[in-house]
Amino acid sequence: MSSETNQILTTDGIPLEVSLKKAERKNKIKAFLLVAPLLLFLIITYVFPIGDMLFRSVDDKMVTQMLPKTFKAMENWDGQELPDEEVFAAFHEDFVKLVEDKREGKLSTQLNYTKNGFKSIIKKLRRASKKFEEGNYKEQIMSVHKRWADVEYWRAIQRRAPEFTGQKYLKGMDMYVNEEGKIVSVEEDRRIHRVLWLRTLEIAFFVTVFCFLMAYPIAHLLATLPMKYSNLLMICVLLPFWTSLLVRTASWMILLQQQGIVNDFFVGIGLVADDNRPEMMYNKTGSYVAMTQILLPFMVLPLYSVMKTISPSLMRAGKSLGGTPFVAFWKVYFPLTIPGIGAGCLLVFILAIGYYITPALVGGASGTLISNQIAFHMKSTLDWSFASAMGLMLLSGVLVIYWLYNKIVGIDNIKLG
Amino acid sequence: MASKKDFVKFDKVDKSYDGKVLVVKDLQLDIAEGEFITMLGPSGSGKTTCLMMLAGFETPTNGEIYLDGKAISSIPPHKRGIGMVFQNYALFPHMTVYENLAFPLRVRKIPKDEADKKIDKALSMVSLQGFAARMPGQLSGGQQQRVAVARSLVFDPQLVLMDEPLGALDKNLRESMQYEIKHIHESIGVTVVYVTHDQSEALTMSNRIAVFNDGKVQQLSSPDELYEKPVNSFVAEFIGENNTFGGEVSDISGGKCKVKLANAEILANPISVKGKGERTTVSLRPERALINPSTKMDNLHKGKIEEVIYHGDHTRVRINLLGNPEFILKVPNSSSNLDIKLGNEINIGWNSDDARALDPK
Repeated sequence: MSSETNQILTTDGIPLEVSLKKAERKNKIKAFLLVAPLLLFLIITYVFPIGDMLFRSVDDKMVTQMLPKTFKAMENWDGQELPDEEVFAAFHEDFVKLVEDKREGKLSTQLNYTKNGFKSIIKKLRRASKKFEEGNYKEQIMSVHKRWADVEYWRAIQRRAPEFTGQKYLKGMDMYVNEEGKIVSVEEDRRIHRVLWLRTLEIAFFVTVFCFLMAYPIAHLLATLPMKYSNLLMICVLLPFWTSLLVRTASWMILLQQQGIVNDFFVGIGLVADDNRPEMMYNKTGSYVAMTQILLPFMVLPLYSVMKTISPSLMRAGKSLGGTPFVAFWKVYFPLTIPGIGAGCLLVFILAIGYYITPALVGGASGTLISNQIAFHMKSTLDWSFASAMGLMLLSGVLVIYWLYNKIVGIDNIKLG
Repeated sequence: MASKKDFVKFDKVDKSYDGKVLVVKDLQLDIAEGEFITMLGPSGSGKTTCLMMLAGFETPTNGEIYLDGKAISSIPPHKRGIGMVFQNYALFPHMTVYENLAFPLRVRKIPKDEADKKIDKALSMVSLQGFAARMPGQLSGGQQQRVAVARSLVFDPQLVLMDEPLGALDKNLRESMQYEIKHIHESIGVTVVYVTHDQSEALTMSNRIAVFNDGKVQQLSSPDELYEKPVNSFVAEFIGENNTFGGEVSDISGGKCKVKLANAEILANPISVKGKGERTTVSLRPERALINPSTKMDNLHKGKIEEVIYHGDHTRVRINLLGNPEFILKVPNSSSNLDIKLGNEINIGWNSDDARALDPK
């Protein structure tokens, strides 16, 4: 029997299969139109800014566009000895144009990032170039300052030729490309970012651990108490959510400062001497305490939602089969809560490594995180490309953690509710 | 092994959760070794509480429970060595069937090869060989139930508790599981305390049934005695179908009594009535009353057929008899020659022995 002879037809003679597909396609289009606004919103507010950030962090067109002819002429230069007249002439041509547009200052700032000492010689060159005669620019430029006759400085200019650069990322890791083109670390006493990265990871890790240790019993209590008490407790857990983050952080400042309530209490019960009050704020302790409190609900809620689904008869079964209460907990209850633990820890950790306001207010110098550094470059130094680079490094760090989690625990093993 | 008469003993056990209401009152119950005893009762009658006290998840407010002669109130559940099957199986969802069964053996530090033998034996007992590597989620309800039974037996407990284990299964599966559990009980001779609210389940499986109501054991006897000879109205009403007449004892003599109804008088068997003038409820099983009886019966009354329902193997007939419009008769299909038509007046007879005069409702 061939399928053609048995084809099912609708009343108007169209094969059923075709008209079913048609109806399905209509539904698919309708469904897509329904999610289209959200998709658009996501593209505009998420994909586009991150793409822009990525672009900004590697964008190095500025110098490329300021010295187009120079870089063109440098293409044939091997970089061993001083470039020949052709390069000097092209550089002169570019430079004259920049001086006309009053942009030579920007060039000096940019080149100074690459190698110190450009600022003064560009200033000198600007003054001298007004009296330059036509022809033999190599001699004329080299005579302005001895650094113009140094091949190192021309190599430094050449390094700025590519439109894209990864140097902001290296800077974020306290590294740079040296004169020989090798990637090296900056001197020990000038490394600030590595310390911040490590501290960010350390604080995020310990905040996650503290949150877990505190949230697990609370979530268990919430899941096992009778409804009437658990609702009350749930409100207590959620209350911080309904309070402004700033208010909560400020109240921690009141509690933790040296003349604050916690210190008064310690002095009152004789735990510490009045003239030796411990500093609990403007250091790591402040960041730990405040961040743990603020992030606690993000750990409690996933744990609670998982524990709620675990039947109490499982623990009873464990005990009736001969397991001590601890064995029943460890072998039966705990493994069943792992999806909640994974979700909670991932959530808290990811939120903690990007935390900004709280460490900025109570962290002090030793309690600030990488996000504070990012904000500093966004607002104070206006080095947006560096801020973008660090933001992206943070993002890729999160993605790496996510990937690791997926490898170890499995992402479908996560439960948020 | 001589079986003990009081392997499990509830001695004057009271239980109250809130200090105001006793959910179990003065419970006195002996369970013999190797017995299959069912606690049967409506929900809230205290039967599950009794089971939980025996398992160790609740403590008696008063009284003591003895297991094999030892008081167990102060022994925590994991040291009692009692197997238990829970209502919703309570299989550990993150462990395979094998691991589920191995759990009680591992905590008892039984060597692996011996444990494997026991697990094989337990799985073959519930005919689930080859399922050891499955996760509970991959099994059907009936299979999960069997794993739960195997797990409760794998460490050779002397006592197994079952808390409505078949409640979540469909009717056919429930019936076949009833027989399966009964056979397992017969083959290994373990003592089983079974809790259910399903009377047919209780009648099918048990050696003895304890009918619970209002925190008390109303009657403790074998299934047939429970059905044939209920000692009070609650048991008569709760077990099987039942026709009742409410009235007053007008005469009592020679093992029989006369009960005066609103407009008639019937003869009954005095069970819990002692003298004249007492209020009573007379209970009569539907199959004990006959239409147009051929033999002589000492109760013979006329009634009008109100409803006829065909049930395949029998026909249910509802009759308005002696002022009781809910009088039910079961007519076997073989006697279809009888004239049962809606609205007909028929003669109905029964022996006074089968009409038990019990306490008034």
